[in-house]
Amino acid sequence: MITEGNIIKIAGPVIVADGMRGTQMYEMVRVGSSKLIGEIIELEGDTATIQVYEETAGLKPGEKVESTGGPLSVELGPGIMGSIFDGIQRPLEVIKAISGSFIERGVNVPSINKEKKWTFQTKAKVGDSVKGGDVIGEVQETSAVLQKIMVPPKIEGKILSIVSNGEYTVEEDIAEIETNDGVKKVQMLQKWPVRKGRPYKEKLDPDVPLISGQRTQDTFFPVAKGGSAAIPGPFGSGKTVTQQQLAKWADADIIVYVGCGERGNEMTEVLLDFPELEDPKTGNPLMDRTVLIANTSNMPVAAREACVYTGITIAEYFRDQGYDVALMADSTSRWAEAMREISGRLEEMPGEEGYPAYLASRLAQFYERAGRVTTIGSEDKFSSVSIVGAVSPPGGDLSEPVTQNTLRICKVFWALDASLADKRHFPSINWLQSYSLYVDSVENWWAENTENDWRATRDEAMVLLQKESELQEIVQLVGPDALPDSEQITLETTRMIREDFLQQNAYDDVDTYCSPLKQYQMLKTIISFQKEGVAALGRGIESKNIIAIPIKEEIGRMKYVHENDFPTKIKEIQEGIVKQLGDLN
Amino acid sequence: MNADIKTKEYTTVTEVAGPLMIVEGVEGVAYSEIVEIETPNGEHRRGQVLEVENDRAVVQVFEGTTDLNTKTTKTRFTGETAKIGVSVDMMGRIFDGTGKPIDGGPDIIPEMELDINGAPMNPSAREFPAEFIQTGISTIDGMNTLVRGQKLPIFSGSGLPHNDLAAQIARQAKVRAAEDTDFAVIFAAMGITHEEANFFMKDFERTGALERVTVFMNLADDPSIERILTPKMALTTAEYLAFEKDMHVLVILTDLTNYCEALREVSAARNEVPGRRGYPGYMYTDLSGIYERAGRIRGKEGSITQMPILVMPQDDITHPIPDLTGYITEGQIVLSRELYRKGIYPPVDVLPSLSRLMSGGIGNERTREDHSGVSDQLYSAYAEGRNLRDLVAVVGEEALTPRDQSFLKFADEFEKQFMTQAKDEDRTIEETLDLGWKLLSLLPKSELKRVKEEHIPKYLP
Repeated sequence: MITEGNIIKIAGPVIVADGMRGTQMYEMVRVGSSKLIGEIIELEGDTATIQVYEETAGLKPGEKVESTGGPLSVELGPGIMGSIFDGIQRPLEVIKAISGSFIERGVNVPSINKEKKWTFQTKAKVGDSVKGGDVIGEVQETSAVLQKIMVPPKIEGKILSIVSNGEYTVEEDIAEIETNDGVKKVQMLQKWPVRKGRPYKEKLDPDVPLISGQRTQDTFFPVAKGGSAAIPGPFGSGKTVTQQQLAKWADADIIVYVGCGERGNEMTEVLLDFPELEDPKTGNPLMDRTVLIANTSNMPVAAREACVYTGITIAEYFRDQGYDVALMADSTSRWAEAMREISGRLEEMPGEEGYPAYLASRLAQFYERAGRVTTIGSEDKFSSVSIVGAVSPPGGDLSEPVTQNTLRICKVFWALDASLADKRHFPSINWLQSYSLYVDSVENWWAENTENDWRATRDEAMVLLQKESELQEIVQLVGPDALPDSEQITLETTRMIREDFLQQNAYDDVDTYCSPLKQYQMLKTIISFQKEGVAALGRGIESKNIIAIPIKEEIGRMKYVHENDFPTKIKEIQEGIVKQLGDLN
Repeated sequence: MNADIKTKEYTTVTEVAGPLMIVEGVEGVAYSEIVEIETPNGEHRRGQVLEVENDRAVVQVFEGTTDLNTKTTKTRFTGETAKIGVSVDMMGRIFDGTGKPIDGGPDIIPEMELDINGAPMNPSAREFPAEFIQTGISTIDGMNTLVRGQKLPIFSGSGLPHNDLAAQIARQAKVRAAEDTDFAVIFAAMGITHEEANFFMKDFERTGALERVTVFMNLADDPSIERILTPKMALTTAEYLAFEKDMHVLVILTDLTNYCEALREVSAARNEVPGRRGYPGYMYTDLSGIYERAGRIRGKEGSITQMPILVMPQDDITHPIPDLTGYITEGQIVLSRELYRKGIYPPVDVLPSLSRLMSGGIGNERTREDHSGVSDQLYSAYAEGRNLRDLVAVVGEEALTPRDQSFLKFADEFEKQFMTQAKDEDRTIEETLDLGWKLLSLLPKSELKRVKEEHIPKYLP
């Protein structure tokens, strides 16, 4: 039923309309003569409070508000991949064609192309019993993504008819299913309300790491497929580069990148870079597996509140097809601030630092949409949504509410450190503050894919780094010469771990991605320097001679050695360490 | 639309408080529209609708609410959002903070009327900025490279020479592929003193740049609420010159701190729930409405490069104004009081400074192949040298290893030779990079891990 009311109050992105009895919470509405998109966020008697997803300048009391009968939803189906959408899933390329280089108000465009015909491969036949989540067809959407066309959740029955292989638009009927509730027509296009998680059968424990080729994250603070990670850091500490590196190299099937209240040029950079870059696994352009949601900081604030939901719903849709999906949200603080702004306009009683009291529960609900699951449908598919959320704490102060509430939920914490960034130590992830609760669960994977002593090597390096921070305190007081020889070797080793392993150059063609095996061997080599060094000390060699062995320079450059040449090179280096230390006798 | 509603005058002001005034009994008032106000003694002012509920409108008065009363103040709702008439004739002219000419010249005959709030640039229409601007200042060109279409603020403190630096950049900035495109400078002053404004005006005059400069001037003794309009006026003009007239526009905004103070004033008057330190919760959104109006558009010749200046209260970079700015802008140039005290000009502290768009603007064909390596190496060496200074203070220089002593020496020479330059010294990027190599030669060769191996024999003196 369509309800029509009238605007009575306008204050920034929030308006109040009366005559709205009969509308529902979170129902989508069209506001004013330019039919701006809005969403009902509060109902009281006849009046509804509405957040408007577009600039409200020029609206007047008395203008009409029309309800649409449904909640804010996204359209799911072929035509999503490789696109860039705004916060409420309007394709920015299409908006550009209509309104030029600047985004005008009230542009009404379909989320996905309704005219384009897709080559549909039938995967079911008449008489099959199917239920929600079952695959009845496939569309090769991009070189990297084969979209599985699924029976929408909640539909269950026998296929009465299904189209043969051929070209269809997303709105054409492709199948008829006889259910207890009558015959349902199914199209490739599905709609799903953004604020509601898509159903799954069961949540599983994540035990496979999401490998991104970033040494600090993969080796020391791994995130599992289906896990969630937070990257808090002050500005300039490299959040965005870290996020983009993950989006580029993470071994997920689908990447959803949500630019939430961030810089326009960053989205442009992604649009420019990703089509050029190749997926290290498949060789396909990275853009082919990527969906971008962009609500830049100067786009309407209410759409910023919605954009993370739009992103996660798209991610879940691909998860349901059986894919591993990784969602990057940069930055969740802007999302929280959007909530705060709307809450302030509603004159709600503020919680900590002006954020609404429901901040913690909203954050938790969002991160809980991550997970490794068994999908719905007759056949069990295992798939996952991983979430990596950047947090921008004001003044870099991690005690602020968004960071704290995020850390309560996320199992991985990559703490970006401004002082490391100042020294151009990138990624500036502080190895003493960061943690990952997935180390135990991914240990088996690493043992299978590298060597059995992966865990021991990693832990040993961590212990050394911890030790270094203690030794540094002593050095600050009494100078480096006062340390015993064995500690000198430790300090040299940790310097190598920091400079030659942890530091990784995102802009170097080789170093930008480091395979798990290379990571393991690099770390193993550095640790072996420490072991051999201590052994040499035992033979009576002075630490300053050990530290001065020339092979050190090669260790310093091993990260730039191409994956193909690496096995030979690393052998040379390992032998070199033993030989050069042996020669000191 | 009913014409008489639009032009109807109201004398129904019911409340005046701080910069706000409430008018009741109004009809057909649009959110954000501009209001013309006639004070009881016949003076004309302008305001903007901040909130409208039924027949009650909250209006913010730009020129201040002094002299307004609740009896005879006349208000007229114009039915239009704030607009500015733009034309190329604006170059070489001086306007007040609301866009009225104050240089005694004729009124501008506008070619177009543009909404000063602009519209967000479509990210898929943007061109990624990658064109190197040589400012002639080593710490910027070499280590925090500015590119066309970037927004790079100067974070300063009171008493530091940010104005000299900004003027020097405006004077020296050039693009190396010397194709002859038009450039323009837009200078928007918000709440700065006459003296500061004069400094810039004299500098523009002295260098003959004045005819390419458009000035929007809201000085310290002008109404503070007017400042809320000033940057928007300036950027709307910049968008017109850049994207309609194909010019490369450099916009200098100073001082953003005063702008934010004005925002806070309005917010407080409206009894809004305050965010950090009393600044409104929407300050991030508001500031990005300014900063994000820098950039380039695919298929268009022109560009908008922004250099906002802001004085950090108590030199505190975590204060909400620099903090939110840093999250939006593409880097920051941070001036340091400590360096300035040592007599270093420009006192750019490279360690907290950053240019996010640097990597796209440098390297082969843009600057020189060794640029990124040299920059990284200078950064880490200087950071290490500075760390060692603390250690020396405790254990004395003799206790250091020869390696550490070389880093210490490097840091001193870096400050003396690389950072320090004269106010009219315009170094080419080659001079800057060669100077960098000369300083790196103070370090043991094996420490040069950040530069490419093949560049060492080629460039190291």
